[in-house]
Amino acid sequence: MKEDFKKRTVISPEGKPIEIDPLKDYFSDAKPKVYKPAHPIIEKFANWARANSLWVLGFGTGCGAIEMRPLMTPRFDAYRYGIQWRPTPRQASVFVVSGYLSVKTLKRVVRTYEQMQNPKFVIALGSCTINGGMYWDSYNTINRLDHYMPVDVYIAGCMPRPESLLAGFDKLKTIITEGRGEGANTYAEKFDWYKANQKKVIKDWDMPDYNW
Amino acid sequence: MNDIKTKFDITDIIEQRENLSFITIPKEHAISLVTYLRDVKGFKHLVLLTAADWLEDEEFQLTYLLNNPDEKSDLGVRVFISREDATMETAHHLWEQVATYQRELKEMFGIDFPGSPDVDKPFILEGWDDKPPYRRDFDTKQYSEDTYFPRPGRESNDPAEYMKKKLYPDEK
Repeated sequence: MKEDFKKRTVISPEGKPIEIDPLKDYFSDAKPKVYKPAHPIIEKFANWARANSLWVLGFGTGCGAIEMRPLMTPRFDAYRYGIQWRPTPRQASVFVVSGYLSVKTLKRVVRTYEQMQNPKFVIALGSCTINGGMYWDSYNTINRLDHYMPVDVYIAGCMPRPESLLAGFDKLKTIITEGRGEGANTYAEKFDWYKANQKKVIKDWDMPDYNW
Repeated sequence: MNDIKTKFDITDIIEQRENLSFITIPKEHAISLVTYLRDVKGFKHLVLLTAADWLEDEEFQLTYLLNNPDEKSDLGVRVFISREDATMETAHHLWEQVATYQRELKEMFGIDFPGSPDVDKPFILEGWDDKPPYRRDFDTKQYSEDTYFPRPGRESNDPAEYMKKKLYPDEK
């Protein structure tokens, strides 16, 4: 187990020694839950609102991250569609997995994905996330992302241009307004399967089972 | 160069250019030669330390590429070590950054450098439990197929064959 996760005694701000158990105190040990949709009218309104304020997590995993910079700056200006970039997973609703994922990055991506709040959507960018792309036979990059987390939209290409990214966001908007953006629920339903796949690949699993 | 030849047991010299040559030396004299080159001959700068896997000869080849900034010349010191017992003396006391190269070589090729700081810590791969991936007998395609859930339906064509079929379909 990692040093950070071990039980230890720390001095509180009041000067008293307190015992902390990070796995219990800092992380939720409850599995993710499936949330049933609310009343159709409310759900429809909520989905409209969600689709028009997509907040993207600023996490670049591979070379595709370079396509997100022109997208957020004036030339392609994704902000006019209600898409904006956020610095922390707690504020984001869309995770753009941009390009190849090494096992080392996958570990961080899983952790980040779990920290995002429901409802959350995943856009997989580039061929690498679909079938491994040009790194399909590499010893250290995963081949298909949908075995580790649910994916809403794939954008094919190596690399896709910012225009295709905008088209992908447009597609995601349609999916959400139609009420099909159920990635977080899928993750909760098939949680054991996703965890087994993640643990098969990430050999030194040293994080809590659910980073919430 | 003659000076080094008389002092050390050098087995091979390749002069590639006026300012670039490679010398081969047995494993046990390598570090003393590198030390000599650094302190006496002015090869103060280590450009890189790298390895090559000669699977057929059952050898690893280590190359210490040194640079002499005053004479603007480079010199590669080549050492052959056996694949079976892949250990080499550490050189981190000469240049601090060698420790990082050695850590990488340990992880990717499985060449051990006893005494080098943090040499056993994972460098890029976390929790790797297979054969070191840069060894040529490690089958990366097989490993990827076994581990990373390949998506079925992937086809690859040999470009020459493909174009031949497309342009000259009648030819056999």
